[in-house]
Amino acid sequence: MAQVTAPSPARPVEVELRPAPPVDLGRAARLGLIGGVAMVLVAATGIVGTFQTRLLIDPILPLGLLFLYLLAFAFGWMAGKPPAALEGFAPARANSRNLVAGALAGALGGLCVGVLAALMSTFDLRGVFVQLSPQLLEILTFGLPLGAAIIAIVAISAVAGAIGAGVHLLPVRLKRSLLPALVWVMMFALFTDLVGQLFAGLSAEFLTDFLFTGRGGALTIVGAITVFIVVFVAYWLLGGRETTLRERIEAMPRGQRTRFSLIAAAVILIILWFVPKVMGPFVSQVLDTAGIYLLMALGLNIVVGYAGMLDLGYVAFFAVGAYTGAILTSPQSPAFTPQLLLIVAIPFVMIAAALAGLMVATPVIRMRGDYLAIVTLGFGEIARILFNSEWLAPIFGGAQGITNIPDLQIGPLQLSTPQDYFYPIFLFVLIAAYVTFALQNSRWGRAWMAMREDESVAEAMGVNVVTAKLSAFVVGAVLASFGGALFGAQIGSVFPHSFDIVVSVTVLVIIIVGGMGSVPGVALGALVLIVLPNLLREFSQYQFLFYGVLLIVMMLTKPEGFIPSKRRAQELHADELSQDAWLDIYGDKPTTDATTTEPPR
Amino acid sequence: MSLLSIESISKAFGGLRAINSLNIEVDQGEIVSVIGPNGAGKTTFFNLVTGMETPDSGNIVFDGHNVVGLRPNQILELGLARTFQNVRLFPTMTVKENVMVGQHCRGKAGLIGAIFKTKSQRSEEARIEARAEEVLSFFGTRLAGYRHDQLAFVLSYANRRRLEIARAMATEPRLLLLDEPTAGMNPRETIELTELIGRLRDEKGYTIVIIEHDMQVVRNVSDRVIVLDHGEKLTEGTYDEVSTNEAVIEAYLGRPSERR
Amino acid sequence: MSEAISVPARPIRSASRVTPVTIFLWGLRIAALAVILYGSYQSISSGRLSGAQWRDLLIFGASTGSVFALIALGYTMVYGVLRFINFAHGEVFMVGAMMAFYVANGLAATSLWIASPFVSLLIVFVAAMTTSASLAVLLERIAYRPLRNAPRLIPLITSIGASFTIQYLVSGLVGPSTKDFPRMEPLRGTINVAGSLIPTSRVVVIVVTVIVMIALYLFVERTRTGKSMRAVSEDQETAALMGIDVNRTIVTVFAVGGAMAGVAGALWGLVFPSLNYFSGFLPGIKAFTAAVLGGIGNILGAMLGGVSLGVVESVGPSLVLAGYDIPAFSQLKDVVAYAALVMVLIFRPTGILGERLSRDRT
Repeated sequence: MAQVTAPSPARPVEVELRPAPPVDLGRAARLGLIGGVAMVLVAATGIVGTFQTRLLIDPILPLGLLFLYLLAFAFGWMAGKPPAALEGFAPARANSRNLVAGALAGALGGLCVGVLAALMSTFDLRGVFVQLSPQLLEILTFGLPLGAAIIAIVAISAVAGAIGAGVHLLPVRLKRSLLPALVWVMMFALFTDLVGQLFAGLSAEFLTDFLFTGRGGALTIVGAITVFIVVFVAYWLLGGRETTLRERIEAMPRGQRTRFSLIAAAVILIILWFVPKVMGPFVSQVLDTAGIYLLMALGLNIVVGYAGMLDLGYVAFFAVGAYTGAILTSPQSPAFTPQLLLIVAIPFVMIAAALAGLMVATPVIRMRGDYLAIVTLGFGEIARILFNSEWLAPIFGGAQGITNIPDLQIGPLQLSTPQDYFYPIFLFVLIAAYVTFALQNSRWGRAWMAMREDESVAEAMGVNVVTAKLSAFVVGAVLASFGGALFGAQIGSVFPHSFDIVVSVTVLVIIIVGGMGSVPGVALGALVLIVLPNLLREFSQYQFLFYGVLLIVMMLTKPEGFIPSKRRAQELHADELSQDAWLDIYGDKPTTDATTTEPPR
Repeated sequence: MSLLSIESISKAFGGLRAINSLNIEVDQGEIVSVIGPNGAGKTTFFNLVTGMETPDSGNIVFDGHNVVGLRPNQILELGLARTFQNVRLFPTMTVKENVMVGQHCRGKAGLIGAIFKTKSQRSEEARIEARAEEVLSFFGTRLAGYRHDQLAFVLSYANRRRLEIARAMATEPRLLLLDEPTAGMNPRETIELTELIGRLRDEKGYTIVIIEHDMQVVRNVSDRVIVLDHGEKLTEGTYDEVSTNEAVIEAYLGRPSERR
Repeated sequence: MSEAISVPARPIRSASRVTPVTIFLWGLRIAALAVILYGSYQSISSGRLSGAQWRDLLIFGASTGSVFALIALGYTMVYGVLRFINFAHGEVFMVGAMMAFYVANGLAATSLWIASPFVSLLIVFVAAMTTSASLAVLLERIAYRPLRNAPRLIPLITSIGASFTIQYLVSGLVGPSTKDFPRMEPLRGTINVAGSLIPTSRVVVIVVTVIVMIALYLFVERTRTGKSMRAVSEDQETAALMGIDVNRTIVTVFAVGGAMAGVAGALWGLVFPSLNYFSGFLPGIKAFTAAVLGGIGNILGAMLGGVSLGVVESVGPSLVLAGYDIPAFSQLKDVVAYAALVMVLIFRPTGILGERLSRDRT
């Protein structure tokens, strides 16, 4: 592939560059106030209080206050960020003024918290805001009297903000090593159970004793420093390269890239094979849940990511799969008990899901996008209410659901523990991933994407839009139903309250945050959104708040997700890209190809 | 024997009569230009023929089939393809994929075939890809080689117009409707496209109907010119006949640069 | 090539050929109608409920419907201008209701509550309206304005995120328990309206809604701000060219919609004395249904749609479902509402009074 060519010597060179604009302190102040509101909210909703019980590093670093001042750090980082290099201006260099901006933002944030503390010590606000207890005040003020406390809070926030801004001043290599090292320390501290389990599984308990205060305890100071140094050195040594991993992968010629992907996939699969055995039942259960959500996400990915239809009632298909599986396999099924093996029941589950998909899809064929979203939401809720209703209890068991679903049996093997279930669930995930890939470069995959881009033009180019929409829904429904059937078998029973709209939204958040249209992205999404909250007990209370904030932030900054498919990223940042299109980076002579400033659409 | 026969179609949008009892015939192998001042109903006419709008009354007969009431994809299967006035590509699909979408209706592979990678699906995919490359090669170096994997929206304006035509060609049409194909192009690109249109008929055998505003193009390319105004056919004939027709000149309020 | 077939010119009205989809949809229409008629007939003829009881259900439905109507205004105005469903509007309502509950509880501890209930209620209303309007404006500024030109799905997803965020912030701040609205003596009785006794609180709700609706109608039709709102609704670009500050107008739309939701929140306390962080979800969806039912973008439509939906939801289960001897049919009240939503969007997406939307930017 051609590289970016330097300007040829014949072209006139060296225009006088204007100095970069200085860091905007007004903006820093505004960010500080917003940060302050965020910090106050974090305190007032009880996050600080709940997290405070968790010690990260014994004995000095509890999570609650760390989280609070991490916000000051983050807003300081935003405030001190050098503005982007503009055409004709010299690139901005971070200097002490950035630090001032960061400190200002942090200080204002801290001031808001100080105000909160002052209010709390004067009035008892628990009549309205239930979390503003004396204990919280004690935490916020460090036990100091009010005046001193406010000074301390503002000072610490200012320092945190300055440090956040200071990150911009670091040389790149240092930054690339420092931040991951800190993140790894935090990970070790947060996931002490997990790490302890891992070490136990590898028969390396001595590491647990060395790094932590005990199994499930906090990191010791020595442990923290050790982890920090190890990771820092590792990243430093690896950090000498100029390009990121993704860039290097994409620069590879096709054959090599495919081999790389296969090897990476094989390595991941081998690791995953051992994870349930090593990590024990709790982690396996979490992975099972994540796997089922991942399966659903891959299905919804086809409906939303490929065909462009926002289905907010996706949980209905999950429910259909679960209930069909339950009815066909459980001896406790109210209406009739064929008591089939799940293996044998799967085709019927697929048929039921396909029918459900058709039923939902047919009325919405001619609807525009947002209406389609609401109608599918309605269908999802109708399904849940009906499954829960007393009226249909003779079939679905009403609020009591259907219990006694037998374990999955494959020939002589009987799967009963969460560790056992990991494998079939993961097998289905692989099947779904394969289906996703296979459909992408197929006739219908292209038809879906064309329809998503411009439905009337797609129709004018020969795509039967009705069939396309129906088939997308059916594929999505069938994949969700797999998840449902496995879910029922794994848990052993199905209850209607498991099929809430929250499930649909969670699956949606997974694909949005992870990266719509990309399988590794969706996997990452499931990891972040399911595995993490379930492994962090304190965190799971605030799971949905986290989802909501994450959605907003992602949509505002990175709507294509964390690991997007490349075309999606380009689609959503098209304005920025088309400004560069005139650079004609493919080395073509700029002949009759007129410059384009047209963004797509 | 007309390939396309428009019989007394009318279309009103609310109170506005966009097309009023229009009669047009297009024979196999012709290149016909449709001209007229803005708002004459030209694009509406294309929309009606391709099924994107439905006429209030009248018939449209293409290759012996009455196509009124058919969905656009059904009309396309019969062999009638079009391009759009404001280029409507699929911006985040690659150049080659855009063209391959055109082959959708000429294929049969379904979901099962794609998932299980059956022999027929694989050979059909290969055929579709080969056909797309063949179509793209018609445009020479403009849409060659490395451009195939570029996303459509990074193309320059002229290339986008070419891609639209390529996409329409991939549907294996008999009749090609081009809606202002040279709009926004510089003189050199316009000449190139004019030659291309000629080649489309001569090499590929398409019958072509063009909506155009650039009278040079109309003069160089058309066998016949039809003039629309206020949704009605004003007159038709060769370029020379039409360009000297009083009523036509009046409708256009005169364009001195076109009077030769 | 075959002979040109001479086909007689036949006047064609629409593109609908008979496809499996159309057959299915017609089947759905007929089935729905049959279900409703048969069930209603059975219910009425069995005489389960007396005339007075039906009337009670009707009034109840009308008053709940009024609340829906007020919330629907926010949806309909925002959709008319920006063509996007503000998923978080139900939460805007909930927050206003929360403020109303807390202010009312605060006032109830003072003597003002008993001495001057009218003034107390006024304070409650103002508090709720201000809170909701502020939240709506804040949402627009932070979450929606940056995404004005993004592909349509993205603001919708952002609003889902905003909805969740607000819900769980409120849950964290004030706790997940339900809050109770304090009793108000003058509202506890009944009023004699045209010979029948109707609970005072219901009457107040309906009357307040009507007054507010009239005020809003006059605002939109007669004032300059209202005129700019209508202009921006019709055609944003041209409005800007005519010198209208589009951003300011959009903010006004959000503020007014939010204020209406605030009124709804305060009225909620009069009819449903309990509230929690999740109470905005269902009314939000139902209000959106009402907005579409009446014709999205259409303010009168929102009123009509709201009241209709309230009545249908209230009377429906007892009328239609009871006729089939469905056990615990009141459980299915929400199914009626959702089914109404689905039916409306399938069969008459332009609503009863027709849409009023800005020109689609294609």
